[in-house]
Amino acid sequence: MEDKNWGYLWKVSKGNRMLYVGAIISMALTAVLSLLPPLVISITVDSIIGDEPFTASPIVVSMIHRLGGKSVLAQNLWICGLALVILNIFIGLFNFTRGKWSAQAAEGIARNIRNNLYDHLQRLPYDEHVKAETGDLIQRCTSDVETTRRFLAMQLVEMGRAIVLLAASLYFMLSLSVKMTFVSIAVIPIIFLFSFIFFSKIKKAFKEADEAEGRLSTVLQENLTGIRVVRAFGRQAYEARKFDEKNTEYTNLWYRLNTIMALYWSSSDLLAMGQIGAVLVLGVYWAALGEITLGTLMAFMSYEWMLLWPVRQLGRILSDMGRTQVSLGRIKEILEKPLEDMNEDGLTPPMDGDIEFRNVYFEYEQGKPVLKDVSFKVKGGQTVAILGSTGSGKSSLVHLLQGLYDYNKGSVTIGGVELRDIDKRYLRRQVGIVLQEPFLFSKTIKENIALAKLDASDKEIYKAASIAAVHDVIKEFERGYDTTVGERGVTLSGGQKQRVAMARTLILDSSILIFDDSLSAVDTETDNAIRQALSEHSKGVTTFIISHRITTISQADIILVMEDGRIVQSGTHEELLSQEGMYRRIWSIQNALEEELEKNLALS
Amino acid sequence: MSALKEQEYSKSIDFGLWKDLFKYIKPYRNRIIALIVVMMGSGGIDVIFPLMNRYAIDNFIVTGRLDKLWVFAGIYAGLVALQAINVYFFIYFAGRIEMSLSYDIRKAGFKRLQELSFSYYDKTSVGWLMARMTSDVERLGATIAWSLVDLTWGGTAMVGGLIAMLYMNWKLALISLAVVPFLGVISIYFQKRILGSYRIVRRTNSRITGAFNEGIMGAKTTKTLVREEENLKEFKALTGEMHTSSVRAAVFSSIYFPIVIAMGSIGTALALWFGGRGVLLQTIGFGTLSAFISYVTQFFGPINELARIIAEFQNAQASAERVMAMINTEPDIVDRPEVIEKYGTEFEPRHDNWEEIKGDITFKDVSFSYKEGEEVLENFSLDVKRGESIALVGETGSGKSTIVNLLCRFYEPVEGLILIDGVDYRERSQLWLQSNIGYVLQSPHLFSGTIRDNIRYGRLDATDEEVIEAAKLVNAHDFIMKMEDGYDSEVGEGGSMLSTGEKQLISFARAILADPRILVLDEATSSIDTETEQMIQYAINKLLEGRTSFIIAHRLSTIRSADRILVIKDGQMIEEGNHRELMKQGGYYYRLYTNQFREEQELSILKV
Ligand SMILES: Nc1ncnc2c1ncn2[C@@H]1O[C@H](COP(=O)(O)OP(=O)(O)OP(=O)(O)O)[C@@H](O)[C@H]1O
Ligand SMILES: Nc1ncnc2c1ncn2[C@@H]1O[C@H](COP(=O)(O)OP(=O)(O)OP(=O)(O)O)[C@@H](O)[C@H]1O
Ligand SMILES: [Mg+2]
Ligand SMILES: [Mg+2]
Repeated sequence: MEDKNWGYLWKVSKGNRMLYVGAIISMALTAVLSLLPPLVISITVDSIIGDEPFTASPIVVSMIHRLGGKSVLAQNLWICGLALVILNIFIGLFNFTRGKWSAQAAEGIARNIRNNLYDHLQRLPYDEHVKAETGDLIQRCTSDVETTRRFLAMQLVEMGRAIVLLAASLYFMLSLSVKMTFVSIAVIPIIFLFSFIFFSKIKKAFKEADEAEGRLSTVLQENLTGIRVVRAFGRQAYEARKFDEKNTEYTNLWYRLNTIMALYWSSSDLLAMGQIGAVLVLGVYWAALGEITLGTLMAFMSYEWMLLWPVRQLGRILSDMGRTQVSLGRIKEILEKPLEDMNEDGLTPPMDGDIEFRNVYFEYEQGKPVLKDVSFKVKGGQTVAILGSTGSGKSSLVHLLQGLYDYNKGSVTIGGVELRDIDKRYLRRQVGIVLQEPFLFSKTIKENIALAKLDASDKEIYKAASIAAVHDVIKEFERGYDTTVGERGVTLSGGQKQRVAMARTLILDSSILIFDDSLSAVDTETDNAIRQALSEHSKGVTTFIISHRITTISQADIILVMEDGRIVQSGTHEELLSQEGMYRRIWSIQNALEEELEKNLALS
Repeated sequence: MSALKEQEYSKSIDFGLWKDLFKYIKPYRNRIIALIVVMMGSGGIDVIFPLMNRYAIDNFIVTGRLDKLWVFAGIYAGLVALQAINVYFFIYFAGRIEMSLSYDIRKAGFKRLQELSFSYYDKTSVGWLMARMTSDVERLGATIAWSLVDLTWGGTAMVGGLIAMLYMNWKLALISLAVVPFLGVISIYFQKRILGSYRIVRRTNSRITGAFNEGIMGAKTTKTLVREEENLKEFKALTGEMHTSSVRAAVFSSIYFPIVIAMGSIGTALALWFGGRGVLLQTIGFGTLSAFISYVTQFFGPINELARIIAEFQNAQASAERVMAMINTEPDIVDRPEVIEKYGTEFEPRHDNWEEIKGDITFKDVSFSYKEGEEVLENFSLDVKRGESIALVGETGSGKSTIVNLLCRFYEPVEGLILIDGVDYRERSQLWLQSNIGYVLQSPHLFSGTIRDNIRYGRLDATDEEVIEAAKLVNAHDFIMKMEDGYDSEVGEGGSMLSTGEKQLISFARAILADPRILVLDEATSSIDTETEQMIQYAINKLLEGRTSFIIAHRLSTIRSADRILVIKDGQMIEEGNHRELMKQGGYYYRLYTNQFREEQELSILKV
């Protein structure tokens, strides 16, 4: 499981690996070069200014001789200074390439992860979205990605430096004094072991903190999304308390982590500094005995820092690795959710044929069927109306037609082809649905209408809007079709939102159209106008209309009446009126009003 | 691409911003002082270490006498232990400051978000706000706390190094410090570029969060429209922008550091050159030189650190700007100080001073527009007596929801007055009004949690029996009981696991439970079947007795029994009266409802 997290990282690093190699090489070069300035300083101080014999490697010594030897250099100390500066310029240069390449690589990988996540989230089954905790998902997609990115940008390359520094300083130390070297590295294995044990232990704490952050995000996201309800009930204080609870929980977990970290750092520093002290004391001892030179001791003191720095750094990397692993795990959890099966090799039959439901059963939760034994048949091009009580399964029924959910039993056929065998993308393109609660994106009205048909001409857009009886309204806005609608369409009235959503579907020229209660927020007059325009525009289109208004559905070729997941009645308006049943009951309720109206009319 | 505009910031360095931040830092003064003391102690010990080296060299190696070496070792060990303790405390304090600061800022941010008006939310994406509340706050807290550490640490080391250098040999010191002014100039130059690029990074980060939020919330729609690929393409453009701008910011920093490092080395080189000459000329002691050199390194070492901090501060500033701008946004609708004085705030209401509401409502020449120039209401006047039920009908988009939004003071009139019980409602607090109104919004929204939790949101101290009673009143009890867990069934985020009609019923029950004096039903039953509606109509009518109510509906059955029906067209009241009167008038209302009827008649005539 844990290795798989890194495996994923390896996979998404594709295309950025060479950058990393470059960055790590730059890092290594920087690291190696960084060892030289102290050498330059110590040689200059010891052997050029002082009287020590040259102890450096033969290459350096021959270089010094070529430059004129000790006396010339002593007279021209600027050469030593220049050497120092040139070395640092190279260090700077490699620092730059390291910084640039590692940023490019890390950002590249982060981009891949973000894209992967977005893509994956979109293609999860419909059901996942119904159950999603948006805030938590967002935390994973942002904060966890950021943790990973930071690790990649900073720590991973550091690892290259740490290892190179370790090796190089070891090499230099060994070339100076074997004895001293052993003293210098005595503590390293202990520090490593200590770090390793430590960080495998606090991973759990990281995980808890990360999850707490997810919960914090969820509360925040829900609050902001439902802010209108919060305000309508004056629940600001309640919400603030709720948020504070999560905020405190999250903060406390970090307090704890922080204390643990402080403990870790101080003890590893204790070890490291103790080590330096040991080198100093022993070095002084040996130097006093004349076993090593003063220059060697000074060089060792510099190298010791250089050696211990990466060792401490590795500890830090290890800690971030633990944290990153937790984050990667949370990212992977999203990416491991199975995608919706789009049945890509499925059939693409003509969709204007008859639609038949035969003994269809459907359930959201095991053992609680929402649709029970649903059977009906519709001829291609007919209009089907569905009327039914609240929660009777109307929306569920039409969702099946778009393949948003799969039926559990029975069969649904379109033009004789089983729905399941149809390529889902094709199916959804052919079956246009206006959801009961339409979602508009925070784009312009025009972009919203052309959402699924990017190349739509203005004429097409206007036409779709006209059928949905919203064209004139939009025209009246100051910025017309370029008016931006707020998030989820909040700056439109309820009816306007519904009609823009209708236009968005109508522009697709689908073979099957579904309106799930899409006229509930429009007045009867507009309702009429829309249906009129619709029946002219979509001749030959099989249309499903869900509505509670008898007037809206009475002209349908076939009316299905649903109750508690079953179709209890079906037929034309007249047929249903002549039967005892729900349809007539509803009709008489709505008609009673009309009779009353009639009376009123007669009176006046 | 999101067409809502994400905020841009352009001021170069905003001291006001840091002053604002200071407010948040202030409570942690003591901790910060403690931190600084620890840091200075630590920096001091860092200065001592080279002295120890020198002492060891001078007193042990040069003399060759080792009898005191163990004492020396003991002192050294003591210093090391002290330093470890320092390390512990500096991490402890810095971490605490970071977490507490983030906690406070998040808290303040959340509070402000609860106060901001609907108009703010109309143009701000939830995702953007989340980015500010999460990643921006985190970045800010971390940078302030840890940079403080590094700054103190580096600063102390530098000052220590500087003093030691000057003390040992001021001429040599000045020579090596000659590079410092150049470093300053370069830093200012880069500071601007780096800030500029981080601003873009933070803005893009916010937009990416927004895209994730909208992508997830709108995923169902995306699915039904088969728009996954297009969305991904748009999203990729955003992440591409993020990539470009982040790399640019990194490149600026990556150019900046090496320059600082190289310049620093010039300082060291100068020390070596001139110092070395001094030794040869015997104006400087050998030990002094080696100590001097280590102070020079100690001085220029932290300069690299400082460079890093400068870069990081730019990053933090880019975040701070966004967070602080959010916290400093003044809500469009605020209670006046004297009102707050009497009624309290949203968070600390003074219930004792609250008058009981009676429910008389007056709109006096109210004009309103969401955006300048697009009048939604014009000179709208209305007088409602307590207990009266008012129905609003009219075409979609005519301004019905707007009227009730004004009544609830979610927006305030641009012109004119709204009086509640004869008093301008601005004279009382928002919470006073809103606690007395039960509002069923046009688009039902539930929070994740159980059905019981959701109904209880109307009145937090309601008993289970009261919750059930409210549910029974709107005929929701039956379907709730049919669910496996009854009232404890989870509804999903936004209520997504219920049918729309069921959601409406729950949000209706929620409003009823609040037992408000004023009830506002905006299409509260639009997705509910006729029979259920019929069944609850009686209950509603009874419930409305004695309460002032506003009912918006297209269904005749819902509005027919209202005391007064207002027909709204283009933001104006064109007809007014009860059902009977309006039918007699034969105007718009008459047409609206006879249309339905006529069509029906024609239909049956045709088919017979
Ligand atoms: N938050 C907003 N920002 C800008 N304009 C808005 C906002 N809310 C509504 N509008 C506009 O104000 C007008 C009146 O809207 P309102 O919501 O009051 O209509 P309504 O009568 O309730 O319609 P419906 O029956 O469709 O709900 C519409 O043209 C709408 O586009
Ligand atoms: N995602 C879901 N998970 C579990 N149960 C669900 C889910 N969605 C809907 N249901 C339940 O399935 C039943 C049918 O819901 P559906 O949305 O099909 O009703 P509907 O006939 O469209 O009702 P309405 O007229 O209110 O829109 C309801 O009882 C509802 O609670
Ligand atoms: Mg439905
Ligand atoms: Mg409305």
